[in-house]
Formats: sequence, structure tokens, C-alpha cells
Amino acid sequence: MATIEILGIEKRYGDTSVLKNVSLSVEDGEFLTLVGPSGCGKSTLLRIIAGLEAPDAGALRIADRDVAKDRPKQRNVAMVFQSYALYPHLTVLDNIVMPLRMRRLTAAQRFPLLGRWMPGTRRIEREIRAEAEQVASILGVEPLLARKPGQLSGGQRQRVALGRAMVRQPAVFLMDEPLSNLDAKLRVQMRSEIMALHRQIGATFVYVTHDQAEAMTMSDRVAVMMEGELLQVAAPEQLYSDPDDLRVAEMIGSPQINAVPVHALNRQLCLAWQLSQDTAVAAFRPENAIITRPADAMLNGTVAVSEHLGADVFVHVRLDGDAGTIVIRTDRTSPRHTAGTAVGVSVEGRHVLRFDAKKKRCRPSQDHGALVA
Amino acid sequence: MTPLSLGTKGKVLRCVILSVTALFALLPFMWMLSLSIKTTPEIYQAHFHILPESFAGFDNYRVVFASAPMLRFLLNGVLVCAAIFMVQLLVCIPCAYALAKLRFRGRDTLFSAVLIALLIPPQVLSIPHFVLLYYAQLIDSYGALILPWIFSAFGVFLLRQFFSTIPDELIQAAQLDGMSEADIIWRVMIPMSAPAIASFGIFSLVSHWNDLFWPLIVLRRAELATPALGILLFRDDETGRQFGPLMAATATIVAPLILAFLLAQRRFIDGLTIHSVK
Repeated sequence: MATIEILGIEKRYGDTSVLKNVSLSVEDGEFLTLVGPSGCGKSTLLRIIAGLEAPDAGALRIADRDVAKDRPKQRNVAMVFQSYALYPHLTVLDNIVMPLRMRRLTAAQRFPLLGRWMPGTRRIEREIRAEAEQVASILGVEPLLARKPGQLSGGQRQRVALGRAMVRQPAVFLMDEPLSNLDAKLRVQMRSEIMALHRQIGATFVYVTHDQAEAMTMSDRVAVMMEGELLQVAAPEQLYSDPDDLRVAEMIGSPQINAVPVHALNRQLCLAWQLSQDTAVAAFRPENAIITRPADAMLNGTVAVSEHLGADVFVHVRLDGDAGTIVIRTDRTSPRHTAGTAVGVSVEGRHVLRFDAKKKRCRPSQDHGALVA
Repeated sequence: MTPLSLGTKGKVLRCVILSVTALFALLPFMWMLSLSIKTTPEIYQAHFHILPESFAGFDNYRVVFASAPMLRFLLNGVLVCAAIFMVQLLVCIPCAYALAKLRFRGRDTLFSAVLIALLIPPQVLSIPHFVLLYYAQLIDSYGALILPWIFSAFGVFLLRQFFSTIPDELIQAAQLDGMSEADIIWRVMIPMSAPAIASFGIFSLVSHWNDLFWPLIVLRRAELATPALGILLFRDDETGRQFGPLMAATATIVAPLILAFLLAQRRFIDGLTIHSVK
């Protein structure tokens, strides 16, 4: 089992910088998710950990060993790819045993045609086969061992790809959007299977996804990346309630957090929300806003649309005075708000997150500067 | 299966057009076969029949196998073509893999060089090749027949294009599984490219089996002659103007290719139509 330490990794492709001074450490046995929009560098980081790409600068240690010069084979990592990357010409069994064959048989024993007559080959092949069958039974793909990947469904291929990664018991599991090719129902099911697998084998997992819901439900900690930078690494609950960066706050949670520019707010509200001078954006979650009568509120607007989603109702309110549209989450028992009605919106100050012009969080410690006068 | 459904009229028309075209392509072969079973006087008759009036097929084919080392020529052909194809694969597959999947400085320039080599007719290189072989003292040997062809620009190009369609993730998965580059080529690229290798094989086999130009230049000893050259020697030495045996000899040397094609036809067409590797 292994920790991963990433120190100041940089990666450039030509003129574009894909990873900018990324540092991150992953605990032994932890499930860490890298989440971010496509092109943020999360897959590149994963591939650097795997050894498929070399960083331009920085250090990488797996299990307290510097692996910068190690080939992928020597790193004791296994990877599951988005496209599964199964060998289409080999059976499921041959796919699963391949990593063991490559590691346990000597070059002579693997030699085309002649290898099988070398001493020991048969015994090792038998052991390998037994282990592969065991892994297959854990994943429930035992009846498929003789088939080719082309004859399998998406979910079955996914399991075979997991099996190929599991079979050699690696210290680190890397997963590059493994569920994005599956349909929604299967994705939820595989999510819990992967989590169960993680509990069962206790290896370190690094999981890449662009789906924040996947990141939030599966991980011990989530690392949010954007434009090659690591914005915040924290437990899912903390990421939701206490984001460091407006972009993190906007990415995590659905519907999105409401961000209102301070210049659109009246002074009373700024005082009530205790906004400091450097605050540029005040943000609050949809479930923390309450719809009131217009006269009672400091924030006013008109209802643009009401979305009824069974248990929840999302009310979109267009704020007066060019402050944009916000979403408020109410439940179905609250009164209906038809489009065009004037409403007030009330948010308690303790629910308001304050961000500066660079989208960084204004922490309470910095808040006791002068209030907006 | 048919992309267009045709009416009866269309079907008839299609049949007629295809038959006429096929006739053009097949007529010389039919003529050859017809001549190969006729007696010499009948060949020189003014009127032409496809089927002979007196069947001389046994005589003609006996002359071919009795008076010329025809089996030897065929064996030479098999030997030389097989050797050329094997060495071509040994050279072209690693080249194509490097050009398709490895990242190194100058790769695109090298690939352009391969494309340019594709445009150069082999005859242009015949004098340099001849001089090289002369200094290596290989003129008039099997080596002279094989060595100039070990690098095939067409083979590199065809395989490189096919290798490019194999997803990178598969190769990366192979690397993580612990395969070396040689393992990747042997265990992943070659099995997945069987159709491309088969079509390259057919191309290579046909062009070298039928090649007359190069054996004519580098060979003096008749016992090394490939089938195409063998026909020429056979005409000069044995038959003079006897077309019957000559056509029988010709039919003998094209037969293996046609047979091979008929057996591998399915495979060959698959090779040209299979694109998806997933």
C-alpha cells in the first residue's frame, strides 16, 4: 500500500501550460478524486503518476520512493482507462492474465511459440489462471472468460478492465473517467461497486472525473482543478460548505451556487451580510435562500420560472437592478410562485460566502477590515 | 445487403455491363488456356476456336515439365517471395510502429521521406542496387533477388496507416501491463493488424512473383530463375516458336497466384474493408 506525493509538477505542451506547479499528497488507502472541467489537466496529472507522461518539472514519490525515472511497469500502479483499452483480439481471460504473464514469466518463458516449453512455464501459467479466475468471480465476469471484449456490454467491459487492474494487486489504482461511457443507471451502480472494491482491497485510489456528483459521492477527499491549477483539496462536505475559491463553489453542488456581484447590492444588505471592502462577490447556496414578501426583503426580484422536480422546486428569480438571476430551492409544500410575480429574497448572513475580485474567498480573519461605509 | 435495390431492368443492365467488363479482363486468360491445349498447327490456323479440335494439353504440359526445370522455377519463386515478405515484415512492422506510435524528433520528416519513396519507381534504383550488389559480390545469387526489396515504402505506409487507427490508450494499457515495445508489437499490433498484413502480403507476393525486370538484370544462372524469368528462358531455349508449350508454361506460373487469391479472397476483401478495431 502506498502514499503518493506530488511536488511542484509542471507540464507544458508547446506554449500552453497544462499543469502549473501542482502539489498534492495522497494518503495510504485514500480515495482521492481529481475533478475539473475538460482540459483542466486532471488526466495529464493522472498520466504523470502512471508514468505515461514525463513532467517538465517537479518530483513524484510513490510509497516514499522517487519514481521520476521509473517506467510505468516499475511503479506498481494500475490504471483503468475511459475506453477500457481491452485487447480486442484476446479473450477476457487473456486480458485479465496479461499483467501477471508479463511480470511473472521470464522473457524466455514468454518467447513466442518456444516459451511454453520452457521449464516452469506451465506451473506459473496455472497459478496465474487461478488468480485471474478468482478476480473474475469477485467481479462477476466468470461466465464471460472465454468471450472477446467485442461481445461484451459496456458494463461487462468495465468490469473486465477493473479485473485486469486488480489482478496484480497494485498499491495504487488510477482511474481515468472509467464510468463516462456507461449509461446513467449503470453508472450509479458501478459507482457503488468501485467504492466497495476500494473498501475491500484497501489500495490507494486516484480517480479522475468531470462529474462533480461522482466526485462528491465516492471520495474521501476531492481535488478541484482548473486551468492547470489545483484550487482546493478537501473532503466533499468541506468543499461544499467551505470553498476556498468561487470557481470551486460554482463547480460543486447542483443547482449552482448563486453569485451576486456586490456592486448590485444596496448598502443595507452589505451591512447585514457583513461584507468587507475587498468583497466582490457574495454567494449563497440555493437551499439557504428563502422567498419572502417583497416588502420584507432587502433583495428583490421577479420570478422568471419555477421548475418542479418532484420533491424540490427550483425557483429562478431575476433580481432587480442588473444583479443577474438566482435559483432558490424550496420544497413542494411551499406556495407556488408563478412567473412574473414580484418576490423578496432573504438570506441569513451566516450563509453568505464572500469572494474577492480574484475569486478567492475572503476569510473571516480578513473580514474585520473596514466594512463598506 | 445491397445498398440499392434495383428493378429487373436494372439487374439485367448491371449483369450485362459486368459481363462485358469481365470478358475484357478474362479474354487474354481464356486465350492463353485455349492455346495451351492446342497443337502447333492448329494455333496457326486462320480461324479461332476456344476449344481445340485435337486436344494437345497433355503433350504441351509434358513438354513444359520435361524439357524445362519448371518445378525449379516455381520453387525459386516460392522461396524468393517468401523470403522477401518475411524480411519486409521484419523491417516494415517496427518502422511503421515507430512512425505511428512513438514520439521522437524528426518523425514527421521521416514519414514524408517514406511518402516520397513511395513515388519512386523501382527501376530508378536498379543501377545503384546493381552496383551495390556487384561490390558485395552477390550478383547472380538469391541474395541479389531478395536484398533490394527488404525495405518496402508501401509496406511501411500501409502498416503505419493501420497502426495509427489503433487507439493510444491500448498501447498505454499494454505499457502498464508491463509490456516492452517488442511485446507490444508482437502481442498487440501484429494480431490486431492481421488484415493489413494480409493485404500487404498479397501485394508483395503478386509484385515479386510476377517481376521479370529485376531477375533479368541480376541473374545469369538459369537454376536461380524465378517463374517469370523462367518463361523467358524456356521460350529461348526450348520451344522457339511453339506457342502451345509456351502458353502451358505461362498457365503453370499464374496458377499458384490465382489459386492463392481464390483461397484468400474473403480475407483479402476483409483486409481492404475492415477499419474498426474496437
